[in-house]
Amino acid sequence: MLAGAVLAALALPLAACTTDKPAPSAAPAATASESAGKGTGDQSKFFVQADYDAQMAMRTAQPTGPEGKPWEQTINAEPVDTAKYKKSGPYHLCFSNAAVDNPWRQVGWKTMQAEVGLHKEVTKFTALDAEGKDDKQISDIAELQGKGCDALIVSPNTTATLTPAVSGACPKVPVIVFDRGVQTDCPVTFIKPIGGYAFGAAAAEFLVDKVPAGGKILALRILPGVDVLETRWSAAKVAFDKSDLKVVGVDFTDGDAAKTKSIVGDYIQRFGKIDGVWMDAGANAVAAVEAFEDAGQPVPPINGEDQQDFLQKWQEAKLTAVAPTYPTYQWRTPVIAALRILKGEEVPKVWNLPQPTVTQENLATYLKPGMPPLHYALCGCEDLPGYPEKWGGRS
Amino acid sequence: MKRALPIFVVLAGLLVAIAVANPYFLEPPSLLAFVKRAAPLVILAAGQYFVIVSGEFDLSVGSLVTAEVVIAARLIDGSAAATWPVLALLIVLGPLVGLVNGTVTTVLRVPSFITTLAMLLILSGAVFLWTGGAPRGALSPQFRELGRGGLGPVPWSALILLAAAAAAIWVMRSGYGHRLIAAGDNDRAAALSGVHVARVRTVAFMVSGLSAAIAAILLGGFAGVSAQVGQGLEFQAITAVVLGGVALGGGRGSVVAAMAGAFTLEALFTLLNLYGISGALEPAVQGVIIIAAVALGAVSLPRRKAAAA
Repeated sequence: MLAGAVLAALALPLAACTTDKPAPSAAPAATASESAGKGTGDQSKFFVQADYDAQMAMRTAQPTGPEGKPWEQTINAEPVDTAKYKKSGPYHLCFSNAAVDNPWRQVGWKTMQAEVGLHKEVTKFTALDAEGKDDKQISDIAELQGKGCDALIVSPNTTATLTPAVSGACPKVPVIVFDRGVQTDCPVTFIKPIGGYAFGAAAAEFLVDKVPAGGKILALRILPGVDVLETRWSAAKVAFDKSDLKVVGVDFTDGDAAKTKSIVGDYIQRFGKIDGVWMDAGANAVAAVEAFEDAGQPVPPINGEDQQDFLQKWQEAKLTAVAPTYPTYQWRTPVIAALRILKGEEVPKVWNLPQPTVTQENLATYLKPGMPPLHYALCGCEDLPGYPEKWGGRS
Repeated sequence: MKRALPIFVVLAGLLVAIAVANPYFLEPPSLLAFVKRAAPLVILAAGQYFVIVSGEFDLSVGSLVTAEVVIAARLIDGSAAATWPVLALLIVLGPLVGLVNGTVTTVLRVPSFITTLAMLLILSGAVFLWTGGAPRGALSPQFRELGRGGLGPVPWSALILLAAAAAAIWVMRSGYGHRLIAAGDNDRAAALSGVHVARVRTVAFMVSGLSAAIAAILLGGFAGVSAQVGQGLEFQAITAVVLGGVALGGGRGSVVAAMAGAFTLEALFTLLNLYGISGALEPAVQGVIIIAAVALGAVSLPRRKAAAA
């Protein structure tokens, strides 16, 4: 109760200074004081009410841009003038990549390379992989500045540590940041999907809708303390606190399928029945589903992500499921943005990409037979040359 | 067996502690689920015991497990017909990697710490190169059955574990087992008394490779394809073995105690999880166990030698 009161006190001033943002969709003080009996624990220290409110508003906003090309669409665009960067081609684009060490980044990286291949005016594309290390990315960014790049794309490994490196590059070359942000507004544009709050809320609201009142919810998180994952959980917490569901456990899986399966199995035994599963990422959703199958129980409503293995399981086992996404098509946008900037065309200061949710109604359009199990359906890569083979699929 | 007693006391204590936090734990389905979860690590620890008691290390088992699962998924690609040939291939591949480890260590005289560390890097690099970070293909339901299914209420993995444990105990009681311990205790003395030390050690590496293959089959079956499936398993196996009181440097300890060490480690992780302590603490706990076990061994070793003399 004490924690709830402290949170309410914290949340009030936060809400007070967001008057220029869209109207809050949740009453913050009320949710914080209700959380005590819901089993969701204290609110994450990464939770920022203003960001949450902005993302909730963007979920229902109409994106502008060409139909059927979500990677070129944008929400709430505030255009910036780029006339000072205008120059004639051919262009040399450079890219400092945080890592290619997981399937999401693999799919994205292949998509970006294919996007570059579409543009004849890009004659040179230099990319350096930081292998998940901040120090390597800092030196990569410095190195790229000496290579005569016309524009620099950065996908930062971590937010705070990479900020000085990006600030240092801004005066020399137009910088485009995507995926994770940096704590400076010097890049010409920052490209991202709506964000983690929207992801977490979409999954939690689905469960609130599908699970009967009083149902037991198990929340599975990968690990604590990572900003992009904390936002997903904190938005889900807000939704669960407002609902009449009971969160019986919030556990960390380390992203390990075997551990996920064990944890879910333990909860099934302990509570006899689990009525809904919330996950902060989809990679282990199939393992969670299997835990119910192996225990001989019907699979309750669950969320995954847009990975093929989950979508396939969803269809085969006729699950009650939903899959919020963090679309890999965002890897196309930085290349498009770089070329617009170099041609002196306007780009949004913050390029908010639409973030669709896979539902029962549109599942068939996202399910791509022949693609590998860890492929992400929202790659926006189907029209790119080399699809599906380049992404590991069979045509 | 007497030496194995302390670890069984620790294991029993941990199981009681888990039961206090979660009374359902002592019910048969729950206990069987625990055995099922622990089986791959226990089998890996048994394999690692052979290498450690012979005075060497095998750091390559974790990435060998990953490589085997990823290879199996790619080759099987969901086809039932490919299941048995691929299973046979995995069972051959494990000892083959062990043979390379053993030969490089004994013939080329590269310390096993370096040999198997290099093998770890080679295997994980090769897997990454081959898959591009995202494994392809899928394991067939028949392959998954070994790690997922069971004979009635008893999981296959528990039965496989039982068979592996019986085989390990039998081998350690055979002439080979005695020669292995002799080679680990004092390889020169063993060689002078007619033990072919290089051959004995190489076979130990092959046993470790075989245990990794079996663990890969069970882990892949349990949870499916993942490029992280074997991550950190080598240190879990080594921690389990030293936790069982087996001396790093070789020559002392029993395979039963090593396997009990693996159960203990798994029970410890379960307990930490029950109390909501983050998985991030697991490597730290392992580190403390290894240092403590080695330090204790160093303190007590001279006394034992004096007693023997």
